[in-house]
Amino acid sequence: MSGIRDVIIIGSGPAGYTAAVYAARAQLSPLLFEGSVTAGGALMNTTEVENFPGFTDGIMGPALMEQMRAQAERFGAELVTDDIVSVDLTSDTKVVTDGSGNSHEARAVILAMGSGYRELGLASEKRLSGHGVSWCATCDGFFFRDQDIAVVGGGDSALEEATFLTRFARTVTLVHRRDALRGSKIMQERALANEKMRFAWNSAVEEIQGDAKVSGLVLRDTITGELRDLPVTGLFIAIGHDPRSELVREQVSVDGEGYVLVEEGSTRTSLTGVFACGDLVDHTYRQAITAAGSGCAAALDAERFLAASE
Amino acid sequence: MGATKTVTDASFADDVLLSAKPVVVDFWAEWCGPCKMVAPILEEIAAANDGIVIAKLNVDENPQTSASYGITSIPTLNVFQGGKVVKTIVGAKPKAALLAELAPYL
Repeated sequence: MSGIRDVIIIGSGPAGYTAAVYAARAQLSPLLFEGSVTAGGALMNTTEVENFPGFTDGIMGPALMEQMRAQAERFGAELVTDDIVSVDLTSDTKVVTDGSGNSHEARAVILAMGSGYRELGLASEKRLSGHGVSWCATCDGFFFRDQDIAVVGGGDSALEEATFLTRFARTVTLVHRRDALRGSKIMQERALANEKMRFAWNSAVEEIQGDAKVSGLVLRDTITGELRDLPVTGLFIAIGHDPRSELVREQVSVDGEGYVLVEEGSTRTSLTGVFACGDLVDHTYRQAITAAGSGCAAALDAERFLAASE
Repeated sequence: MGATKTVTDASFADDVLLSAKPVVVDFWAEWCGPCKMVAPILEEIAAANDGIVIAKLNVDENPQTSASYGITSIPTLNVFQGGKVVKTIVGAKPKAALLAELAPYL
């Protein structure tokens, strides 16, 4: 391609796009790989985002991402809807290879690959995926009109999905390993007050039943070990996310869960000239606004690194 | 040549089941984020391959066809040949992965 760039950003979402806005405004002509199907990141699967500052009446997740993308483009960021399939980040000149087999070089790389859905790890989960098992309430809730369905998980995303699904379903049973919810107070109150919601406390999904499509769940009581059936025609899985660090795990330091490690108070990874931001590094907050903030920090760190190494 | 084709409950038999070429039907909806991610990839595949028809069916507006093929997750891509489903791809996938799955029909 066209020589060695200043910055390549891998991953879109609030972190990647914000890094691109800042890097482009700093005249670093960033090249950003959005990912061919992950473009826009986790917010593409959401509906109303009510807590992103500046949007008094809320904004749809995909619309927010379209605006961030347009903003990055406006300042000259080059956006490519392709995946990065391999990287060599260890030398001064970093090389990344895209899904079409083209190599691109840069002096600095910002990692913003985000996180992916965690799976239950049951064989029946894969087999019935798309046949009643889903990871995307906003995509698939529509198909479960007047049916009894379940959501597994206890955090904010599980509560949001379950509450959203009550628009369509007859009942939504929230299956949770503990006897109390982890989500934010406002989401808990909404879910607990919703008359279509049912709660299966201290319960784990032991098996998903059904040949061609989901017909029910076997739940295990996490205290007594007792098994019981829950007849449902759909299961939405919202048990959290894992960082998408497979691409770089052999090269930059990651923690036991696969999150990329950064120097405290910065976005610097274990490799010189490589910065990381967003859900890829964040165990704790995992919000659109914190991802955007760390994307900004990564661009500023990269800018300073480039200026110092000139 | 080479654009995606919109199909409906009413046109499904003529446009898909009786098509001489293999047809990939993209079951999608406005409110589905992953459908929007896969849409430009399908446009590119349609533009580059004349041997196959890429059809788009809006599940909101065409509930009969979606129900009769048991669609419970979108995007779902069904490949039809001679009026029958010969392949089903559930969920958005990268272009290279989609091309590999569709290769026998291109």
